[in-house]
Formats: sequence, structure tokens, C-alpha cells
Amino acid sequence: MSYISKPVAHHPQLPRNALGLTRRDYEGSMSTLCAGCGHDSITAAIIEACFEMDLPAHRIAKVSGIGCSSKAPTYFMNRSHGFNSVHGRMPSVTTGAAIANRDLVYIGVSGDGDTASIGLGQFCHAVRRRLNMTYIVMNNGCYGLTKGQFSATNDKTSPSKKGEANPFDAIDLCQLAIQLGAGFVARSFSGDKNQLTPLIQAAISYNGFAFLDVISPCVTFNNHATSTKSYEYVRAHNLASENHLDYVEPKEEITVDYAEGTTADIELHDGSRLILNKLDSQHDPRDADAALMAIRTNAAKGAVATGLLYIDPEQQDMHDILATDKRPLNALPMTELCPGSNALDGINARLR
Amino acid sequence: MSGINDFVVKFATVNGSGSASANGIFAKTLFRMGIPVSPKNIFPSNIQGLPTWYEVRVSEAGYLARRDGIDLMVAMNPQSYKEDLAEIVPGGWLLYDSTLPRIWPRADITVLGVPIAEMCARKWSDPRQRQLFKNMVYVGALTALLDMDLKVLETTIGDQLKGKEKLVAANMEAVALGRDYAAQHFQCPLPIHLRHAEGAKGKILVSGNDAAGLGAIYAGATVCAWYPITPSTSLAEAYEKYAKRMRVAKDGRRLYGIVQAEDELAAIGVAIGGGWNGARSFTATSGPGISLMSEFLGLAYFAEVPVVLFNIQRGGPSTGMPTRTQQSDITICAYASHGDTKHVLLFPKDPTECFSLGAEAFDLAERLQTPVMVMSDLDIGMNDWVTDPFAWDDSKVHDRGKVLDAEQLEGFKEATGSDWGRYQDIDGDGIPYRTLPGTHPTKGAFFTRGTSHDENARYTEDGHIHARVIDRIRRKFDTAATLVPKPEITIRDKGGKTGLIYFGATTPAVHEALDLLERDGVQVNALRIRAFPFTREVLSFCAMHDRIFVVEQNRDAQMRSLLMTEGNVPGTKLIPALNYDGMPMTAAFVRGAVLKELKPAQVAAE
Repeated sequence: MSYISKPVAHHPQLPRNALGLTRRDYEGSMSTLCAGCGHDSITAAIIEACFEMDLPAHRIAKVSGIGCSSKAPTYFMNRSHGFNSVHGRMPSVTTGAAIANRDLVYIGVSGDGDTASIGLGQFCHAVRRRLNMTYIVMNNGCYGLTKGQFSATNDKTSPSKKGEANPFDAIDLCQLAIQLGAGFVARSFSGDKNQLTPLIQAAISYNGFAFLDVISPCVTFNNHATSTKSYEYVRAHNLASENHLDYVEPKEEITVDYAEGTTADIELHDGSRLILNKLDSQHDPRDADAALMAIRTNAAKGAVATGLLYIDPEQQDMHDILATDKRPLNALPMTELCPGSNALDGINARLR
Repeated sequence: MSGINDFVVKFATVNGSGSASANGIFAKTLFRMGIPVSPKNIFPSNIQGLPTWYEVRVSEAGYLARRDGIDLMVAMNPQSYKEDLAEIVPGGWLLYDSTLPRIWPRADITVLGVPIAEMCARKWSDPRQRQLFKNMVYVGALTALLDMDLKVLETTIGDQLKGKEKLVAANMEAVALGRDYAAQHFQCPLPIHLRHAEGAKGKILVSGNDAAGLGAIYAGATVCAWYPITPSTSLAEAYEKYAKRMRVAKDGRRLYGIVQAEDELAAIGVAIGGGWNGARSFTATSGPGISLMSEFLGLAYFAEVPVVLFNIQRGGPSTGMPTRTQQSDITICAYASHGDTKHVLLFPKDPTECFSLGAEAFDLAERLQTPVMVMSDLDIGMNDWVTDPFAWDDSKVHDRGKVLDAEQLEGFKEATGSDWGRYQDIDGDGIPYRTLPGTHPTKGAFFTRGTSHDENARYTEDGHIHARVIDRIRRKFDTAATLVPKPEITIRDKGGKTGLIYFGATTPAVHEALDLLERDGVQVNALRIRAFPFTREVLSFCAMHDRIFVVEQNRDAQMRSLLMTEGNVPGTKLIPALNYDGMPMTAAFVRGAVLKELKPAQVAAE
């Protein structure tokens, strides 16, 4: 792991977004992950999503824990502040940051070890607090930085590269998130940028806890023929086509014609809309029980249900629950925060 | 020795029986009579049914340390009769509920039997009332025995039960029951009794946790994250109480955010996240919480994130004695986390300083961009102290430290001659300039990390750079030594070579002991440490004295070790005076420890 900055020069005619920025302006330093790592594709999707949404990069805070995945925030958006915290503790750091400044966009990047093992408790409680953030797990079923040990999301049926069997059942983070009340739960695949990018956009637009579990093959330790987190396996068993999402920004007109009965149209807080195509008749993503059922029945068949699995468009976020001021707390002047000596005289009097 | 306005009363009751509020009313009434009192709650780690004690020392002279030897024992708990009886000084008194009369196997005390349960059973029919009013009946008996001011008692009860006037009347009936019985059956008042005094005039009666929570309000803290743990819980609760009173906008929106976290790791994580994002943030915890928070404290130290931690110390190691007091987290807090780490510690001596140092901790944390720990303890935190009123200077400007706004970022190079880098030491004080997320579209962004980084916050595995950065952070600690509160020094013997170092809750015991020693013909110069790193004054005090007692409440002489390792004070001249039984320190202990060394013959004779 070393720091390699990218050359600043770029082609003068690169397309620019509404802020006059190019995709390059949303990039970070050079990735030091293994060539072909799924995480780099997710990084690219995050860059694409933010560029297309015209998000000012400096209004985004990138937060992560420890592990290969948690290094990824270095590789996108150099103009954003980032916080690479301690292992499994990104949710608490983000909670504090979000209380301090509700106006920033929080993108959390974590891994399956970081979230499903050491940080499982913090993950659960971040969901419970309805933290307004996008929480992305780059899920490869193994510990990459320490050379390929099984993680808690590795399927029981999926042996290691050396052929050792995995004796324990996997923790399904999407099911867990739905059960804990996450308002936005999606699963995707690093190899499916068309699906992933609008999901990231929808997650960022979502007001509340948006969870994205992205299967992201580890080319070095978990991409072998018998792995269920390999490129080959996920491509062959991905049920993405059953449930495709279009993300429509607030400013955009809907131009595509959708055949009646094949879509669900969900409007989010910020006015953006999610058009879900080819909705499986068994699975309306506004129905948590149906979402759990879809995940479980597909998993039983060895298939991976991807796409927007569950959404509650009306969820309150942490600031609604805490009833905090509309202004960021970190911007309140001391004159409003410090009650002064007169008030103190009153307190002293009460203690006499 | 004991006499008017100079004695100790101890209440032995069952926890969960409602005695706590009656005992509190007793102490507050004395305080309002102008008499310095120091109530100490000695309670079990339990909710209902176990023995609990409330010790009240009355001292017109203003000595507020705990004192051994009970003059009057109010023995309301048969479970602890035996040990309660043993604690009474010869010539003392024992008041008990004589509904079931018993013989007390001590001829050298006076037993005062009051048939409390019987009287309550006759007066009230509701079992709950019968139980609760028992407490006010013994308070009533004490009004006669100790000559308490009834009017003051009534207003105190009235303040406690605001809006429940009926209940005030009922309580006063209970008081009258006990008072009348005592007046009819005993020689009242006892030789030990009360009179109006001046010593407590102008003071307030408050706990350190209440004060520290208020200090956080005045410091402008907006993010509080905590996990319930005795004895720190009431600090976060106090912050919330005051925030609800003083930090709610007209539209009902709160100018604060409190998270009761899932554990201590999350609590400090939330506080660090808030500090990173420019809000004054804090957590409150106790020993086990410090252990759990250590990894995060190392991150905040190395990544240079301001955060304040109130450590309300209790008896360790491990779960230890959750409801007893100690000063045994000095070492772990000074060096919390793996690797080379060092933290700024503040040592308040009483609730007044919990407020003032508590508020100052936020200035220091932001100025120094590092965790600052306020080292209170159970004795200061949970007991009510007669203490100086809180004071605030409205002209004071909160020191928000070196934080650059967009304009300053634009003009940084022009102003300083250097490019901005998150960890560049521009001013030579070891303190770099920080930026907050969202400040500027193209300038000031950086990656905060616990991995090794260069002066521009970029990851590095270059050992030279790593050493350079941690050397600079160490230099920042030298700057800290010039900014932290200076010690309080009392010179009794100019040019004398015997000194005594103390800190925190032992202050009243030490002050009293120094007076006692003076009567023994021993004059000792004293220094109260208020902060770590040690300031110049601490080190020169050590240099000026040949023999220095270090008074602390832990087994391993942790402050003494810190003076040796961080102040290079020779261990040979630092004499430990250690108490670690979990009880607040007494003056007799301090005096004994000094005399044992200086006048062993006298100690042997005593």
C-alpha cells in the first residue's frame, strides 16, 4: 500500500457536468489494489454516479474502516475530506460527523470483514439510528489484506482457493439490514456498472440509511472456480435482470415509455424518482417481507438476487429523530451555544 | 473532639427504600443553615435490597474530607447492624427502629430507640407510605436531637417536592412524629448538635458530574455520545438536562445531539467523528470504558482530532468496585492506546473545577488537536460537594484552535509563505492547521488516517517521514505543557525541603492534614497537580524539595511513576502515600503517612 498521485493534465474536451467539472475532477489517487479487483469498479461507479448527479465533491465526506475496501476512498474524489478510521468502527465516526454537519453527503465504504465481523455491532446500530448515509460494502467473502481468510459473508458452500471447506453459515447483510429497518437496501455486482451506478445515485438521494452490498470479487484470493464470490459465478447466477432500476434526477423529465404494469415509480425526498422495471410480481420492494423472501428463495437456488431489494420512501432519518436544528451544529455561533453568566447566576441560585 | 457543628452522622439503610432522598434533604438542610457539610454516598452496585450508607460530616471549620469514627449512627438496616455498631466512637450514639427492641452489645455508647415502624403503621394505612415515611421520621427525630432548623427543613422539602404541596405536608407530619418522640424520650439536643453558621454561605451544593455536564454546555459542546456506566452516567444525563433547558431553539429544534451508543467503542467513535467535523464533542466513561476506547484514542492522537473525554474513575482493576472511588486510571489514560501515545489530562479537585476545567478541556482539545481527558472520580462525580459557585467570564472567547476557513485557505500561502498541508508545522509549536469537510471546492481536502502519513496527510511507509511526524506530535506535547492549567502551590515553610504532591478528590483530606501536621510541628509545602503534561512549576517544585510525598488513590503510585518517567524526578525522593480501599481519603491517613516517615516514634506512640 503506497501513495501514488495521478497526473493532473487531462484532455481539454472531456465532458463536463453542470458544475463545469469533468470525471477526472471526481477521481482520487492511483489505486494500489490488485489489478482486476472488483473494488476499483465500484470506485469507478461512485465517481460516475457523483459526476452525473453534479455533486460538489467538497460537500461529500468519505468514511471507511480498515481493509482493502476501506482503502478505496483514497481512490475517488480527492476534493472530498476522507476519514479512514479504525477497523469496523466507520459507523460510529460517521454518526458523530453527521450529527456535527447534517448538510454533507456521507459515503461510507466498508468490507465484509469490517462490517459483518468486527463491525457488526456498529453496523446494526447505525441502521437503527437511521443514519443519513450511503453505506457500501465491497463484499468479496474474504480478508484480502491478511491473505485470504474466510469472512463471515462467505457462503458455506464456497471453499477457499486451497480447497479448505468453510464450516460456517454466511451472514447475509441485506437480510440483516432489512430486519433492522434500513430504509434502502440493495445488492449489486461490481461487474455490472449499468446496474450499480443508478443504485449508488438512488442511495445518495435517499434520505436515511441506504445500504448497498456489492459483490466484488477478490481476484487474488477468492475468484477460483469453486467460489460463489467469483466473477464467473456471480455473472452466471445474477438475477439482476428481474429488477432493473432507473434513477431519474429531480431536474430530469421522464422520457422513456414504460409498459403499463411493469414498473413501480417511487419518488424520494429530494424530488428524484426511482423507476423500477420488470417488477417481479412476487416482489414489491416496498414490502420488507417480500424482499426477504426474494433474497432467501433465490439464495436457496444458488442465485444472487440483485437490484433494489427494499425501500421505504418515507423513512425519518437520525436528525428527524434527534430533532436537531436545521442548521449544521458545527456552524452554530458560540453566542447561541454558551448561555453566559446571567444564566449561570440562576443555576447557582438553584443549587443554594 | 466532636462537638457543636463538628461531628459525623451516618445513615445505614437498605437501597431502594427511599432513604436517599430523605438523607439528601438532611444534608441540604444543614448546608442551608450555613454549615459546611460533606455527604458521601456509599452505595452497592445494586438496585434494591442491599445495604447502603450515607455519611455526613459536619464541620464548621470547613474540613470536608471524609472522617473515620461515627458520632451518630442511624441504623435502619438489620443486615448491617453489626458493622454499623462497631463504627461508632466511644461515647457516641446509635439511633434505631425499636419496634422490635434489641440489646446492643456496647456499653460505651448511648442507644436511642425510636419505634419508627410502629409509629408509621399507626399513622398510615398504605404500605408504600408506611415504608417511605419511615425515612422522614428518623430525620424528624434528628431535628430534635441535633437541633436542626425546622423552617429550613420545610423549605428544603418544599423545593424537593415542587408542585406536590400535599406531599410536603405529609412529610412534615412524619417529621413531627419523629421530632415529638425524640423530644419526649431523650435529652435534646445531644452534645453534638447544630447551629447556624457562615462557612457554607455563598457556596453551592452540587455533584461533579452535574457540574461537568454544565461545563460542556458552556464550552459549546454540541455532540455527546456515551454508554451507561457507573459512575459517569449522571454526567451525560446532566448535559442532557441542561441542554433541554438552555439549548432548544424557539421552534423546538435542538442545538445539540446526544447518542446513547451501543458501547464505549462507539461512544468515543461518535465523539471523534463530531470533533473531526468541527463540532465540540465529548464522551463520559469510567475505567472499563477507557480500556475499550483505547484504540480510538490512539487514532485521535495520531490523526490529531480534538475530542474531550470525562473519566469518572472508579475502583479497578477489571469490573472492580463500580461504586467505590479511586484515582487508578492515571497510567492508562496518560498513555492510552498502543504505540507511542501520550494524552493531555486535567485533574479537577471539586465540582467547581469539574465545571471550569471541563469547559477548558474543549479549548485545549481544539487548540492542541488531540484528546483531552478530564480525570474526575466517583467521589467528586457522584457526591454532593459544598463548593464555590460556578463562574463564567462573558468576555471570554472560546479558543477554537487553528481551523482554516475558505478565505484563509485561499490566502494561506501569502500569509505564511508555505503551502498548506494538514500536518505541516508552520508556527513551530507542533500544532498544524486543520480544515473541516465542506470548506472549499478545491482546497483543504485531505484524508484523515491512522496509518502513517506525511505532512500532507498522504500514506507513507517511509520510516524517516514517520519518525519526523511523530517527533512533531511529541513537540506538540511540549506546547501543551505551556497551555494546561498550572498547579496550585502552598508554601508553609519557605526554603523547607519537604513537599507533598496531590491532586483531585484528595484535596480536602490533604488540606486538613497539612493543618493537623502544622499542629504536630511539621510544616510541609504542597503542590496540587492540575494537569498532565507537567508544567514548569511542577518540575521546579520537585527540584526544590528533597523529600516529596505523593498522595494518590491507587496501589501502584501511578502519578509518582509519571513524575519519574515524564518529569525525570528521581524516584528516591518521591515517597508514595497510597490509599486504594475505594473510600474517599481521610486527613488522618495523610497525616499518618507523613508522620510515619518524619516522626516514626510519634506514630508508634499513638
